[in-house]
Amino acid sequence: MTAHSINRRQLLSWIGKTAGVSAMYQAMSSLGFAAESQPMSHLNFSGAPKGASVLILGAGLAGMAAAYELSQAGYKVKILEYNGRAGGRCWTLRGGDTFTELGGEKQTCEFSDGNYINPGPWRIPHDHHHVMEYCNKFGVALEPFCQLNYNAYLHSTKAFDGKPQRYRHIQADYQGYISEMLGKVVKQGALDDELTLEDREKLFESLRSFAALDENGAYKKSSETSMRRGFAIAPPGGLGPSTQYSEPLDRTALLQSELWEHISKGQELHHMSTIFQPVGGMDSIAKAFAQRVGQFIEYNAKVTHIDQNDTGVSATYTVNGEEKVASADWCVCTIPLSILSQIPMKVGSAMQMAIRAVPYDASIKIGLEFKRRFWEQDDTIYGGLSYTDLPISQISYPSSNFGSKGPGVLLGAYTYGPNAYEFTSLPPAQRIKQAVKYGAQLHPQYTKEFANGISVGWHRVPWTLGCYGMWTEETRKAHYEDLCNIDGRIVLAGEHASYLPAWQEGALSSARDAIQRLHNKIVSIGA
Amino acid sequence: MNIKRFVSATIVMCSAMVCAQVSAKEEPIFSPTRVFVQQEGEHIYRALCQGCHMPNGEGAVGAGQYPALAKNPKLVTPHYAIFMVSKGQGGMPAFNQMLTDEQIAEVVNFVRASFGNNHTDKITAKDVAPFSN
Repeated sequence: MTAHSINRRQLLSWIGKTAGVSAMYQAMSSLGFAAESQPMSHLNFSGAPKGASVLILGAGLAGMAAAYELSQAGYKVKILEYNGRAGGRCWTLRGGDTFTELGGEKQTCEFSDGNYINPGPWRIPHDHHHVMEYCNKFGVALEPFCQLNYNAYLHSTKAFDGKPQRYRHIQADYQGYISEMLGKVVKQGALDDELTLEDREKLFESLRSFAALDENGAYKKSSETSMRRGFAIAPPGGLGPSTQYSEPLDRTALLQSELWEHISKGQELHHMSTIFQPVGGMDSIAKAFAQRVGQFIEYNAKVTHIDQNDTGVSATYTVNGEEKVASADWCVCTIPLSILSQIPMKVGSAMQMAIRAVPYDASIKIGLEFKRRFWEQDDTIYGGLSYTDLPISQISYPSSNFGSKGPGVLLGAYTYGPNAYEFTSLPPAQRIKQAVKYGAQLHPQYTKEFANGISVGWHRVPWTLGCYGMWTEETRKAHYEDLCNIDGRIVLAGEHASYLPAWQEGALSSARDAIQRLHNKIVSIGA
Repeated sequence: MNIKRFVSATIVMCSAMVCAQVSAKEEPIFSPTRVFVQQEGEHIYRALCQGCHMPNGEGAVGAGQYPALAKNPKLVTPHYAIFMVSKGQGGMPAFNQMLTDEQIAEVVNFVRASFGNNHTDKITAKDVAPFSN
């Protein structure tokens, strides 16, 4: 380093001064840090001072939920929203919609009537109590989201000659072989020290039931195993060709394929059945909120400065180039940290550092419309997901309008990690082309049936600069409380202020928690 | 100009055009693992950095902004860029788990010598190591 006269300490101090923070912790992505959702708590807003006002920044779900509850309690609220629509990441793209990403590329969605993609959140797990309760309260119609489909594909370019396999084959055979092997272990006496004879007998019995093993504990071609993995020729009616059982996959090929890694996906807490989606698009939730708080929203408002003193809060913002100021007694700020970290805001250094400690993840979603639903008509796949080791990562088939004759829309790519950056870095037309090229390895029909597509690379989204706030255990320990604590008259809310990053449940539960604490403070100081 | 010279000039022109077309149509490369597969500075920039900082390093402005890397005075020494790529800052993720020290050095060298930045002194993985770990 002799060529450059600066040492590490100097650099860190420089960076600290430049950005107003000290060195930041490394942050690797993971939605896996998501914690279990808590039941929706009852809000107690008794004693709200008459005429007290709250300025809310951002009309996503957190901001609108805060506005809804506070206005119900008698607070005077106003919301500033950067976009010309409410909802933020609770967002649906349909035919005729346009999306202009950073860099200026404008895409127009060309989907047929009734088709859509949700570029942001798209699933509502059964245990996301806040989302479920607001949907039920507002009458947002829900339908099952098909997460797990036994007839969808698992695909690896490195296994089975690159030929996609049915999930049921991988699942039944994996379950079959591991049970068979454990059964052998039991019979060979390897567990004699650990289990009583009675427990060993029950274990063996359970393995047979679990995996359709025969009376000797073998997993093999049979009526029973075909009832799990499917038949070579299914039982016919009348004088059809006679039933043929199917042959399990080769055990070594199956183990080496690594396709078993996908089996647990539908068993994860937030992907378990029953899981829901709003009928017709996720933005039904945004619209339901906007119906109730839309009168408080000022759209196309870009916040440029947030100030506070002993008596109130003010936000400077521009609307079509005109500078304006909104003032209130209190403020709930739901602006994503990727943006907020660039807006001068008068809060203490603890909150400042917390705001700057959370990087925003890359993610890409690509919606593809095809002339017909070949996945249903040709491949008998009704909803659910296929997984692949290709850059597109997964294909999600629509969970509604089964059997309809017209064009259908797939989620043709949904990716994190390097592939998300690589897709985002391509021009939109190239992204679509690549998604079609790769998807054709699972469904050759892609080439002939493709009609049009639209993509959202979340780092190119002008109002989030990324998909969601990536916390690590270290950054949570150092900064999470400072992020959530009320600073003077300002409290932050959003998925970034929750243990459920990227989920709407995080946004809603964070908002309710923030406004309850804010209210308690307002009442306690009698202001 | 005789026929022979005309033909050969035309061939040269055509092959130049073919080359330009081929490079424009070059298939993008996708990384098969959690670490970027691209090794050269420009390839890393095209696969990763330009998603935010844009193809000509011009940055972008929305509700917030991505700083322009073009003609950026913070690139006078390499350290600022090394730190930012390795550890991230604000909304920018850290890339020390997705890029090796060699790759970070390569992309920093590329950015410091491109987009109107004329810093041709090169760094290596050794210079990156103290910041990336």
